[in-house]
Amino acid sequence: MSKIIQLNRRGILKASAGLIAAPAILRRAYAADVFKIGKVGPVTGPIAGFGEATSWVVDGLKDVIGKLPVPVEIIQKDSQSNPNRAAEVATELIEKDKVQMLLTKGTPDTVNPVSDQAELNGIPCISDDAPWQTFFFGRGGDPSKGFKYTYHAFWGLEDVIANFLDIWDKSGAAKIVGGLFANDADGNAWGDKEHGFPGPLAAAGYKLVDPGRYQPLTNDFSSQIAAFKEAGVEIVTGVMIPPDFATFWAQCAQQGFKPKVVTIGKALLFPSSVESLGDRGDGLTSEIWWSPSHPYKSSLTGQSAKDLCDAYTAGTGKPWTQPLGFAHALFEIAFDVIKRTKDLKDPEAILASIGDTQLDTIIGPISWKGGPNNPVKNVCKTPLVGGQWTKTAKGLELIITNNPQHPEIPVGGKLRTIG
Amino acid sequence: MVWFNIIIQGILVGGLYALFAAGLSLIFGVMRLVNIAHGDMIVAVAYLAFVIVKATGLHPLASLILVIPIAMVLGYALQRGILNRTLGKDILPPLLVTFGLSVIIQNGLLQIFTADNRKLQAGALETSSFPLLPGVDIGYLPLLQFIVAIGVIAGLQYLFYKTALGRAFRATSDDAETALLMGLDKRRVYAWAMALCFAVIAIAGIFLGVRTNFDPAIGPGRLIFGFEAVIIGGLGNLWGTLIGGVILGVAQGIGAQINPGAQELAGHLVFLMVLAFRPTGLFPRMQG
Repeated sequence: MSKIIQLNRRGILKASAGLIAAPAILRRAYAADVFKIGKVGPVTGPIAGFGEATSWVVDGLKDVIGKLPVPVEIIQKDSQSNPNRAAEVATELIEKDKVQMLLTKGTPDTVNPVSDQAELNGIPCISDDAPWQTFFFGRGGDPSKGFKYTYHAFWGLEDVIANFLDIWDKSGAAKIVGGLFANDADGNAWGDKEHGFPGPLAAAGYKLVDPGRYQPLTNDFSSQIAAFKEAGVEIVTGVMIPPDFATFWAQCAQQGFKPKVVTIGKALLFPSSVESLGDRGDGLTSEIWWSPSHPYKSSLTGQSAKDLCDAYTAGTGKPWTQPLGFAHALFEIAFDVIKRTKDLKDPEAILASIGDTQLDTIIGPISWKGGPNNPVKNVCKTPLVGGQWTKTAKGLELIITNNPQHPEIPVGGKLRTIG
Repeated sequence: MVWFNIIIQGILVGGLYALFAAGLSLIFGVMRLVNIAHGDMIVAVAYLAFVIVKATGLHPLASLILVIPIAMVLGYALQRGILNRTLGKDILPPLLVTFGLSVIIQNGLLQIFTADNRKLQAGALETSSFPLLPGVDIGYLPLLQFIVAIGVIAGLQYLFYKTALGRAFRATSDDAETALLMGLDKRRVYAWAMALCFAVIAIAGIFLGVRTNFDPAIGPGRLIFGFEAVIIGGLGNLWGTLIGGVILGVAQGIGAQINPGAQELAGHLVFLMVLAFRPTGLFPRMQG
């Protein structure tokens, strides 16, 4: 009697274990068929401009996705412009959605937390659209070791400095530069005495007037303007968010300060920010990561940079933005990796494929094999040029005026001083 | 001369803070409601003005003719439809509701207008100035903003102490139950107060939009100075709010002159000092 009960109990235990395990097995079988990619980016919040183009890009790649060797599902999550939220949704993608690869882009506030989660959980992750120093050193990277699971493509601070110096050299303005660095991650990196602007500027013979870090979203730049006027500043530079630059630029006019060259990072990236300045947007200079005149083509659709921009404008009714190319390129790299990986269930195999990448994308050549474009492991540099917002019949357009590091990217006009 | 310039510019910035704060002060004074969504409402009105300016080609300041009435209707409806239902003995529910409104307004604006930066174009007014003294230039826009702030506060002051509506506001604020016995329906009084608050919000929103770029998420960041101006000046005192704004603007200007990093810190320190030594503000009209 007791024997039968025992048997029964075992049987029940076995059966129920099977039942409990069934969904997991089913899930695994499903996962084997569909390769899941998680994408984290800012769709809402203050840095949403960086994530705006991504969902349009994904929609446009439906046909391409259909032709991949395995079915691919892309799950997009919004970081809400918040680093904590970015880490949270990345974890959710890894643990709940069981994604096998993560993609992320749009400032260090998005890229760093997502990459950290990927590294921690052993999920291959590809990112772009954040200066490489913040990706690498900002996450405590050691150049001799690098990271295992996270790979990144973007330019660095040295490229910004090279382009800005080229703009100023060619402008003929007096070599006295006023610096406006915000008290945030970017401002502190750019204004840093050791790794930022001060060293290279001094080496190039420029005098930097840096009144100190200001708080973002300040309402008054009177003291900076007074300091610049007194020092005879003819060039203004810095890294600012658009509302701060708008406040500063209006106050410059009100308080009679007229610099000849104004080269600002971040604030002048998006057409909407510059258009909002009206005629006073004409002549401002900025870094350019990507534009319709970049001589690159998509490895997925064969579109040129200009084709992609035109399609975006036709599809959304909005002018092209620089993150557009980087959003597209992220999927170029990911799909290339999928095509080359034999066993997609093995993260190590995926990593090996990422490491072997040698791809000409719409943002330029991408490779992490240790060439001249790889300053450290896991980082591939993309080309950076300088340009000027110029009033044309169609409105304000960003024209490339300086290409000291990348002569293959054509200039579209000559640099002018303001006023 | 540098210091004189800094103080003058600080006073003018204070006018902007006072405009942000006047509506807050008004609503707190009448119904003890701390409106967390005040900054978002200012941004929402800036978008409303943006749409009207785009559609009609009006100058942003001229668009006030349309924006103020529309904003007042919205304010009245908001109070009657939502906020009145939450007001009671407990001060927490209305606070939470305005917090929710803040989230809804931000994301609603994001859905409609995207994350793009916008600005209201006021042409030459934005950038022209006149020299007061050598080295001290006064922009017409900050000056106008300051004069409008004084005008708004004088107007509200007159309305509060010289008109029947103001008497209704004060009576309801002092003792809503007794006012009700005298035939003053507090729900309607509150709705009128909110409509009035939205008229001030409309003016603040347009000056914000002319002054600098705005995007859906910018409201809360701009609001903190409004809160501080109200506290420094003393709860419920409108002129105190203006003086609070000016003190904040000047303190920030002086802080920035010492070190730009100390700009906001100096304002916050003044605010903390007021809280520590005069918790009711410099010119309190009522007790918490």
